[in-house]
Amino acid sequence: MTSWTEELTRARLHVVSGKGGTGKTTIAAALALALATGGRRVLLIEVEGRQGIAQLFDRAPLPYSEERIASAPGGGEVHALAIDAEAALLEYLAMFYNLGFAGRTLRKMGAIEFATTLAPGLRDVLLTGKVKECVNRTGKDGRHLYDAVVLDAPPTGRVVKFLDVTKAMADLAKVGPIKGQSDGVVRLLHSGDTAVHLVALLEEMPVRETLDAVSELDGADLRPGAVLVNRVHPARLPARSVPVAAEGRVDSSRVLAGLKAAGLDLDEFTLEGLVDETVEHAIRVQSQQQAMDLLSESDLPTLELPELTDGVDVAALYELAEVLVAAGVR
Amino acid sequence: MTEKLDFDPLLDDPATRVLVCCGSGGVGKTTTAAALALRAAERGRRVVVLTIDPARRLAQSLGLRELDNHPREVVVEGFEPKGELFAMMLDMRRTFDDMVLTHAGRDRADQILSNPFYQTISSSFSGTQEYMAMEKLGQLVAQDEWDLIIVDTPPSRSALDFLDAPQRLSTVLDGRFIRMLSAPARASGRGLLKIVGTGFSLFTRAVSTIVGGQLLQDASTFVQAFDSMFGGFRERAQRTYELLRSPGTGFVVVAAAEPDALREASYFVERLSAENMPLCGLVANRTHPVIATDLPAANALTAADDLDRTGDAPLAAAVLRLHADRVAVADRERRLLARFTRAHPGVALVGVPALPADVHDLDGLREIGRRLAGE
Repeated sequence: MTSWTEELTRARLHVVSGKGGTGKTTIAAALALALATGGRRVLLIEVEGRQGIAQLFDRAPLPYSEERIASAPGGGEVHALAIDAEAALLEYLAMFYNLGFAGRTLRKMGAIEFATTLAPGLRDVLLTGKVKECVNRTGKDGRHLYDAVVLDAPPTGRVVKFLDVTKAMADLAKVGPIKGQSDGVVRLLHSGDTAVHLVALLEEMPVRETLDAVSELDGADLRPGAVLVNRVHPARLPARSVPVAAEGRVDSSRVLAGLKAAGLDLDEFTLEGLVDETVEHAIRVQSQQQAMDLLSESDLPTLELPELTDGVDVAALYELAEVLVAAGVR
Repeated sequence: MTEKLDFDPLLDDPATRVLVCCGSGGVGKTTTAAALALRAAERGRRVVVLTIDPARRLAQSLGLRELDNHPREVVVEGFEPKGELFAMMLDMRRTFDDMVLTHAGRDRADQILSNPFYQTISSSFSGTQEYMAMEKLGQLVAQDEWDLIIVDTPPSRSALDFLDAPQRLSTVLDGRFIRMLSAPARASGRGLLKIVGTGFSLFTRAVSTIVGGQLLQDASTFVQAFDSMFGGFRERAQRTYELLRSPGTGFVVVAAAEPDALREASYFVERLSAENMPLCGLVANRTHPVIATDLPAANALTAADDLDRTGDAPLAAAVLRLHADRVAVADRERRLLARFTRAHPGVALVGVPALPADVHDLDGLREIGRRLAGE
């Protein structure tokens, strides 16, 4: 495990992606809490219409507005926003055309659904455009309203397409309001202000997808940030015992002697069960290690987050945030 | 009392013709589909498994090296099933192209295939993969070469996408907007224009400002070329949908013992029942049941603490701690599954204990098959 870098500390937009099922939303929320720790104000954004943030923080679905959802240690605040492409499009159109009542008609007719289907890149341009607006927004004192923005982005399979606004715009109008808007988005996403973090699990598919995503990001001139390894199973056995145990060799007489010393008098059946559990544990630890070695090819800062046996609730988010803070996230 | 999902009778029954494995992303659908197919073949059926985006090692274990969009017999040394096993990976672009070639004449097909809008729709529209999986399933059924077809479904955010995507794609291709854009002078178009009035002209203006004139032009050319084959296209999707509701089909919902995956599984179960689609049951995948069932976690932890104080028996202490971890995980999984079965008492269920490492050969798949069958 390596730690958070100075460069990452300077980023203001933290994009979090990962293969489906790796816990991307959970980690994005924990990262937002970690970044807010010590008194900062952080905005956590979701874009896929899942209301994942609301579920995670155990509250009613978020409207299309920024709401304060949590406090972080040291006076920090996390706000949240669920961006909806339809609402973002109407917001844009309203900026440039006087829509009023017509906007509602468009929505009712399904026109917006249609426009975004016709040009799939449009949806992404709208969503990233709104993200940019949040990142750059300043308060009355001229300072940024949010110290950092964390974006719970689409999964690794789609994230580069999502962020590669330049490419999406190639299909769209060469002039007009959206074009002007998107140039600013491109500047932000390709600058040192943005880092794209990847959430992985120590299993074959997620690791491979992570590595693929890193090279895709590099190819699109987007900056990979850190690899956030989620649900790391604690290694209980002494390291030297792992390879032997993984091959099925556990010295059961030594285990039995140890158990006796601790006052546990167990039957044959239970002892065998413990040995089987130990072998499975060792195989799992070993395959985790192999996955970790493979991940190190990415040459990115790699932070580990433990598996939470009690599941993920709000308290668990703070626990994960603490782990991130300890690994240098700020 | 929840019934146990018993796969062997299902796999052995000649009336079972199609099994669809569905569930949210990352729960092990592909592996489940492959393991069921292997087991069915070894029990004597002539099976084909349609996989979508399998892990590389899983694909290799089935002898699949590349996407070639046709079922291949699984030939692995020492593998001699009583029946036969075929496997394939879905190539969505090629399936779509083939479909266009079948339904449109050669000239028209070329016109469609080279249209930039078609290229967008066939490669990046979010419902295309689901649609093509359905289409391929329809083709495999029509070929009538296998007596059991097992289908994996695309990795989607939500398990329901598989059922909804074909409809969504049809709506887009058949939509009234695209029609109006493609033939604004047509009488029907004019009628509609009148009705929606300013809203629509404002809309066309806004859309062309945003997406650009070229794209609208491509879309309109595409729709005109596509129009003649659209009837066949939709009819086909409708037939496949009907097939999914026929008695020979069964849905296997796969979920991990995690809140999100089980929530999706719940939606799916409810949806299947609303659509009268036959549900076989739920596979609670990758569970971690306790093996040393007689040792409570609290006792194990107390003993481990004692041993750590003396430092004499590090191995035994580690064994006790990993056992306590396992009990905690198993308890949580049991609680989550109990919540699901309380809400859906009629759904048969089988828990499939996790293998400690990824599957990379037929032996691994066979072992999962055994676990699926509750052996």
